[in-house]
Amino acid sequence: MTSVRFSTITYNIGQGFKNIWRNKLFSLASIATMTACIFLLGLFYSIGANFSEMVHTAEEGVAVTVFFDAGITQEQIDNIGNEIKKRGEVRDVKFVSAEEAWDSFKVEYFKGREELAEGFVNDNPLANQANYEIYLNDVSMQSSLVTYLESLDGVRQVNQSEVVAETLSDVNKLISLIFVSFIIILIAIAIFLISNTITTGIAVRKEEIAIMKLIGAKDSFVRAPFIVEGIAIGLIGSIIPLVILLFMYKSVMVYVTEKFIFLTNFLTFIPVHEIFEVLVPLALILGIGIGYIGSRMTLKKHLKV
Amino acid sequence: MIKLEHVSKLYQEGVPALDDVSINIEKGEFVFIMGKSGSGKSTLIKLLLKELTPTEGEIYISGKKLSKINHKAIPNFRRNIGVVFQNFRLLQDRNVYENVAFAMKVVEAPTREIKKRVPLMLSLVNLAAKYKSLPRQLSGGEQQRVAIARALVNEPEILLADEPTGNLDDTNAWEIMRLLEEINERGTTVVVVTHNAEIVRKMNKRVIYIKRGQVVGDGKWGDISEI
Repeated sequence: MTSVRFSTITYNIGQGFKNIWRNKLFSLASIATMTACIFLLGLFYSIGANFSEMVHTAEEGVAVTVFFDAGITQEQIDNIGNEIKKRGEVRDVKFVSAEEAWDSFKVEYFKGREELAEGFVNDNPLANQANYEIYLNDVSMQSSLVTYLESLDGVRQVNQSEVVAETLSDVNKLISLIFVSFIIILIAIAIFLISNTITTGIAVRKEEIAIMKLIGAKDSFVRAPFIVEGIAIGLIGSIIPLVILLFMYKSVMVYVTEKFIFLTNFLTFIPVHEIFEVLVPLALILGIGIGYIGSRMTLKKHLKV
Repeated sequence: MIKLEHVSKLYQEGVPALDDVSINIEKGEFVFIMGKSGSGKSTLIKLLLKELTPTEGEIYISGKKLSKINHKAIPNFRRNIGVVFQNFRLLQDRNVYENVAFAMKVVEAPTREIKKRVPLMLSLVNLAAKYKSLPRQLSGGEQQRVAIARALVNEPEILLADEPTGNLDDTNAWEIMRLLEEINERGTTVVVVTHNAEIVRKMNKRVIYIKRGQVVGDGKWGDISEI
């Protein structure tokens, strides 16, 4: 293994930044595209993560309700409950007895006229309405679970909120699809622009490269400044949007919380640190990665050393 | 030091640029390679630097068979050969000192070695006082001296000079030739490619004359001037 001198590393880093400076216009275009790419990624991520969180919260409220045959024993109900709990897609199973069902109904239906419900004290109209409320990990699994539940002995009826489940699931999928497609297009544009910048840099330094090769520069020495250039463009292009996003996210949070107080019940933001814990490494890896790949690809094509 | 055994180089056009050339240059020699343009001189330089591979034959430099040097080993091989060109090929955005230091940075020499060697080389080519000047602020002769300093700073065993006086007036041309002679006297093998008969005649060194890709004469000027 050959060791690299510190002075060689600093020289090549210096040359990389000089390349950016010499080639200002192209470098600026690349940094701007990278900034746009990472900014949109961050924006999509922030919106997506918050929306997913909201969808997830909504999903938690979506339940499948299982009603039993008349005359079923508590033991049989318990057995059904145990079978349901074994299913992987089931997050939680809550037993609602006939009394609890009636209490809950009473509160909603006879609100303000509670005396009207007193006539039913010893005659629960919902006597056959004991049920299991089943909450899922993923609402897209709902229909298969319902089919299973309907096949169980002792089950009279299964209620489900099919439309809600499918809509939520579809919206989630659609957001992910748009998100991924958009990011792929942006990455391709960013790589293309970085590649153009490096190609121009190689053309500008053609004579210098030729002399370096004749003097006896190693391939890695000739390539290093261009790799540094690509990575630096990627790095600058990911730090700028991260700073913009940080200020934007905080401002939007404050603005929405202050101006739309009525929305805060169901519009809760994921805290800044939770978003940026993911976004910072993601943006940096992507920025540096795109810069590296863009320059590496170009060097392979245009710099035969 | 430099040995060519039946070397031929055929480009795609079909006409051989070099045709069955055999040359032997000893360590410490000063040799002119002469010939008109298109005679194959540039091809010979490129072959010696392993920029090109011969179609036939074998080249040995410092005992190394060039066909056995793989791509990865080329940089180390080239560090043993200093090259000077007709058009100097200096980096225009760097001053005299930086141009010479560049050659050492490229071979990853330690900084303190660069600081020690570059001023020595600039003294040798008599340009110590102009170390801060940019190439465009120098005369042609001075620029060529910077190029020679750059070629020698890594202490190569061989110095290849491709038409080093081609862009210079007589006074500057002679200064450069005297400098090359001095370098040769210090032990470096010097190979000068030129078509300047006047210089070759006056220098009275060994001359290898190439015509249409073939060696048609090898000896002192008096021996080959008839050709």
